[in-house]
Amino acid sequence: MSDTLLELDCLSVDYETSRGDLKALRDISFDVKKGEIVGIVGESGCGKSTLISSILRLTAPNTRFREGEIRFKGRNLLAASEKQMRDLRGADMSIVFQDPMQTHNPVLTIGRQMLDIQHRSRSPKAEKLARAARMLGALGIPDPEARLKQYPHEFSGGMRQRIAIAMALMSEPDLLIADEPTTALDATLEVQIIERLQELQREMNCAVLFISHHLGVIAELCDRVVVMYAGAVVESGEVREIFHNPKHPYTRRLIDCDPGHIKTRARVLPTIPGEVPDLAALPQGCVFRDRCTQAMPHCAAQVPPLSKLEEAHHAACWLNHGEVPA
Amino acid sequence: MFFYAARRFGLALLILFVAVTVMFLMIRAVPGDPVQIMLGPRATPELQARLTAELALDQPIIKQLMIFYGNMLQGDLGIDVFSGRSVTTIVFQQLPHTLWLIFASITWSASLGIALGAYAAAHPNTAIDRAAAAVSVSFVAAPAFVVALLSLLIFAVHLQWFPAIGAGEGFWDRLNHLVLPAFAIGLSWVGYIARLVRASMLEVMGESHVRTARAFGLSERRIVLIYALRIAILPVVTVIGVGMGFLLSSAVFAEIVFARPGLGKLVIDSITTRNYPIVMGSVLISTGLFVISTALADLINAWLDPRARAAR
Repeated sequence: MSDTLLELDCLSVDYETSRGDLKALRDISFDVKKGEIVGIVGESGCGKSTLISSILRLTAPNTRFREGEIRFKGRNLLAASEKQMRDLRGADMSIVFQDPMQTHNPVLTIGRQMLDIQHRSRSPKAEKLARAARMLGALGIPDPEARLKQYPHEFSGGMRQRIAIAMALMSEPDLLIADEPTTALDATLEVQIIERLQELQREMNCAVLFISHHLGVIAELCDRVVVMYAGAVVESGEVREIFHNPKHPYTRRLIDCDPGHIKTRARVLPTIPGEVPDLAALPQGCVFRDRCTQAMPHCAAQVPPLSKLEEAHHAACWLNHGEVPA
Repeated sequence: MFFYAARRFGLALLILFVAVTVMFLMIRAVPGDPVQIMLGPRATPELQARLTAELALDQPIIKQLMIFYGNMLQGDLGIDVFSGRSVTTIVFQQLPHTLWLIFASITWSASLGIALGAYAAAHPNTAIDRAAAAVSVSFVAAPAFVVALLSLLIFAVHLQWFPAIGAGEGFWDRLNHLVLPAFAIGLSWVGYIARLVRASMLEVMGESHVRTARAFGLSERRIVLIYALRIAILPVVTVIGVGMGFLLSSAVFAEIVFARPGLGKLVIDSITTRNYPIVMGSVLISTGLFVISTALADLINAWLDPRARAAR
């Protein structure tokens, strides 16, 4: 077997709604190798959340997997039984959700919740609690034994996100999915938590799928990046390549709009004019066409394929094709 | 938790004080001279004057209120006009029957209602959920006195499974006598609680922490029964606390239909005979019961929900 851990192969996911099918994900392909950190960037509504809930198979009841496969350690998760999925969740793959204020059960102590998620382990209760305390300590929570007896509302947002990360890493998963784990936190906390996450990731050598719209964090943390727009991958490749040599107009605009990237003082912050297209009624051709300043007639005719430009750099834009097929 | 409980019971006492004062003033405001009603039209003026002085009705209203509270604190709620027995004794003799009835009703209806609601919420929009909804709504719609009469006719008169009247002697016999009245006044609560639990449960199941629990591979059973139900139950506890007051008035029906002794029957009997000290005593105890049950509901909520303990 190769060192590929997670592989998405032409995944298409729809939501069945009264307005017709919402094409939330179209033809998504990328992979995550063992011990690698892959970032996913894109604005709100680009399908990031659908993507991770599809990987965990924790999707809404109106979700339809139309095409493609999600392979984890070579096994297609979309064909796995619910029981098999449950055995993977919180064991081989775990997740840190976006909003730390809502992520824990409000009426159970942190200790109880950390005990419960070790339901697969046969160790005695005291040992499990000690393990939970060690994990909290590793995430920089002072006096962890005493804090296990406390309830979520007695912790700050930053502390709660540390707890969420501790919980996710407790089973030493092969894949950690982090869904904008630091978006709800302030900048200093963000740096602290990211650094801690990075250290633990190296220690455990687990792969991380890191979803964020903070480009600075992605550049700092990730080995590779996948840029998503309106439910499709528009560009993917190594971090340095993507940031220094973006090949898709959307990626370029995204980097231009990043406040961390703007050096001079601007009266008006740059934006990408226009809106994300309606996923229930997608336009013909390239989905970014309406907002693209470099759009050509051909862009309206055909969806650009995600083509390999260099080793480990893919983009879906007709601009990268020498001669555009007529 | 201790301080919360102390504060909550302090509040309960205050509510009780206000409620009893208002009730006292209202009864005094009822037109007609209670002395004349008690002694009848042919009483001599001397007799009337004596009873007026005995009941302290010639004193200013504030003074009367103070005397009432003074006696009440000593456990003295006055004297039954007809038998001359202490009201406290009479009321406390009847109270256990009503308490048994209320607890039996709320216990069976809450357990069945919660189970039904939780099951429906765990399987939303299935045939079972729809059936549970239909049953619940028809239970809610059935008035307690109709259910009481019908169940009396069917189960006591026709099938003769349960006794029709009275409260019974000894534990098992009493329990046997409780079945029909408790069924009659609890039935609509089953439906009400089931609907409430289902709605509350569906809301909680959609919250992020349930998704987290799923993402850690916890069994659906554990998520529903421990992670979600404990939160979904909170509004139900409050409703049950307030519902005790409604059950007190439903108990009046049941006690009359099934000819059971109890507070409700006592109140009805004393109102028809204008036996005001008994009315006052029973209403005082009912008010106390209501105040205590709402306070208990808040305490249970505080025990279940650490956030409620921290707030206030």
